[in-house]
Amino acid sequence: MSEPRTLFDKLWAAHEIVRREDGAALLWVDRHYVHEGSFHAFSQMAVRGRHAAEPGLTFGIADHYVPTRGRANGIADPEIAGMVRKLEANTAENGITLFGLRDPRQGIVHVVGPEQGLTLPGLLIVCGDSHTSTHGAFGAYAFGIGASEVAHVLMTQTLWQKKPKRMRITVDGTAAPGIAAKDIALAIIAKIGADGAQGHAIEFAGSAIRALGMEGRLTLCNMSIEAGGRCGMVAPDETTFAYLKGRPFTPNGADFDRAVADWAKLPSDADARFDREVTLDATGIAPIVTWGTTPDDALPIDGRAPDPAREADPARAQYVREALDYMGIAPGAKLTDIAIDRVFIGSCTNSRIDDLRAAAAVLSGRTSKVPGLVSPGSSLVKQQAEQEGLDRIFRDAGLEWADAGCSMCVGINGDLVPPGERCASTTNRNFRGRQGPGARTHLMSPAMVAAAAVTGHLSDVRPLIAGRKA
Amino acid sequence: MDKFTRLAATACPLMLPNVNTDQLLPARFLKWPRSRGLGTVLLRDLRFDADDKPRGDFPLNDPRWADAKILLAGRNFGGGSSREAAVYAVYDYGFRCVIAPSFGDIFAQNAVKNGLLTAVLPDDAVAALGAAVSADPAQQITVDLERQTVTCGERSYSFAIDPVSRNQLINGWDDVDLTESYRDRIAAFKETSRQQRPWAAPAARP
Repeated sequence: MSEPRTLFDKLWAAHEIVRREDGAALLWVDRHYVHEGSFHAFSQMAVRGRHAAEPGLTFGIADHYVPTRGRANGIADPEIAGMVRKLEANTAENGITLFGLRDPRQGIVHVVGPEQGLTLPGLLIVCGDSHTSTHGAFGAYAFGIGASEVAHVLMTQTLWQKKPKRMRITVDGTAAPGIAAKDIALAIIAKIGADGAQGHAIEFAGSAIRALGMEGRLTLCNMSIEAGGRCGMVAPDETTFAYLKGRPFTPNGADFDRAVADWAKLPSDADARFDREVTLDATGIAPIVTWGTTPDDALPIDGRAPDPAREADPARAQYVREALDYMGIAPGAKLTDIAIDRVFIGSCTNSRIDDLRAAAAVLSGRTSKVPGLVSPGSSLVKQQAEQEGLDRIFRDAGLEWADAGCSMCVGINGDLVPPGERCASTTNRNFRGRQGPGARTHLMSPAMVAAAAVTGHLSDVRPLIAGRKA
Repeated sequence: MDKFTRLAATACPLMLPNVNTDQLLPARFLKWPRSRGLGTVLLRDLRFDADDKPRGDFPLNDPRWADAKILLAGRNFGGGSSREAAVYAVYDYGFRCVIAPSFGDIFAQNAVKNGLLTAVLPDDAVAALGAAVSADPAQQITVDLERQTVTCGERSYSFAIDPVSRNQLINGWDDVDLTESYRDRIAAFKETSRQQRPWAAPAARP
């Protein structure tokens, strides 16, 4: 009997081509997603006069710079138009399939990959974007890489890596109504810190994780990087297989059955050992919002902002003072007293159909007190939401219903939060200036953003959904 | 890539924790080609105020550290986005080594590919170095990668770095050339993998 292995051990072993004496291993890459920001890598490759080694395993997606409004009229900003054109040229030059601006399948790479069935259990997936951890929701080894590594993958379809340590985060218990995967993710990050999983591959386990649908698992794995993790993953199960069946790029017929038989062997063996274990009880998790400028500045909505005067550690006190100052929040303020200026629903974290349904369930028949933007994760998510009438709910509430892209999460397509304004956001980073210079971001779940919209301040969504159909 | 063996230089005490890549290189500069030089926009929104005036109290704006090649920082330096341009900005500004208690994984990996050393020292050691260079900005710090030491005056500290990164920096390896020396192994792996995991290829649909 061989030694019990974790899901991650199995994924690693299936991709290791060579291991050097110093511990670095050359890994085979099954899927490589590129976007407009990958231009540095294409330039590096062009300098060597080279082309993509495996264009059939590489997929281009226009998401970071694409406009979410007025798309039919083209792109007004010449620099942004240039970024999208560069991706079109680079993928065409290398024979890479592109889901471009006008493709009906276009959307955010971390929404489109799963939606198209390109992301599968057992794969090693990379992309020049830190939120590539998202795809681990299927039991894939998926992680973000920099431009030099993107160039290396383009040229060789391989990557040198050292094996991360293994960490299991077990969330047992049943989450209360109104508690979303985002709340679980923020609770974990608050517990272990924004660098708590540095150097680790995370496996999320436990009954509360099993109970999540694929959308929730994608949100959770997406946020692994905000805990500093190299990647995050959930073992594939019936929920995974049911999601994948019949998607455009998933195996067909007998091939699918063969795949499921193999995928079913991926979960961690019963006695497999992890380098680190963290446990959490889902039963006690309340809706969570961030108050500061890193994702671990997260607290239950019924709490108060910290007070630097009460911090024992002087360095911590200074950090809290500066973060509160940037955020424009008084020390010790009740979180529910914090008024907002706008809302954003979207991003690779929370823009899938379940996310939109959760927000719409709160907004239905109500009006938003602040302006806001809703950007579905893909053009297909948009279409489905419109078929379900969700777009009407958002519009009737006074929010703008836009096209798919990274939009106001990274703010490079022109969708920005103005300086000094406060935004309740379903995104992943509340860093200073993330949504625009001087912008103040509060991270929370889609339902919590909807609750903030209808009340005009940070609010507990639970009373707003009591008695409503989820 | 330039090899890194030993560096003796002054060090700028940034000291802040959680300086993420959005801070190192704000997203609006991501469109810039490398040839434009990204050093001018390193930490742009912390170095300059809303009117584009340099903040006098920001360490990088202090002329006494204008020639510093070493950056001292707090924990979790370079967390966040995978943008390699954050490393370009640090490097183009003139830094060749960042010393901090911990680094974002992707940032550290990107740094190695660009000849930038990320040396990990405990909090108290980084704090002691910060105090030393704040007291005497002309204080030279010597970073020796082969011996894995940081020396400041009489004090010497051993820093941590994984052997893979150390090898790559010392040898200035070109990853692509190195990988291609394994061409046959890669081809053999690809063939075996195709048989064992036929489902791994994207299905072609009519």
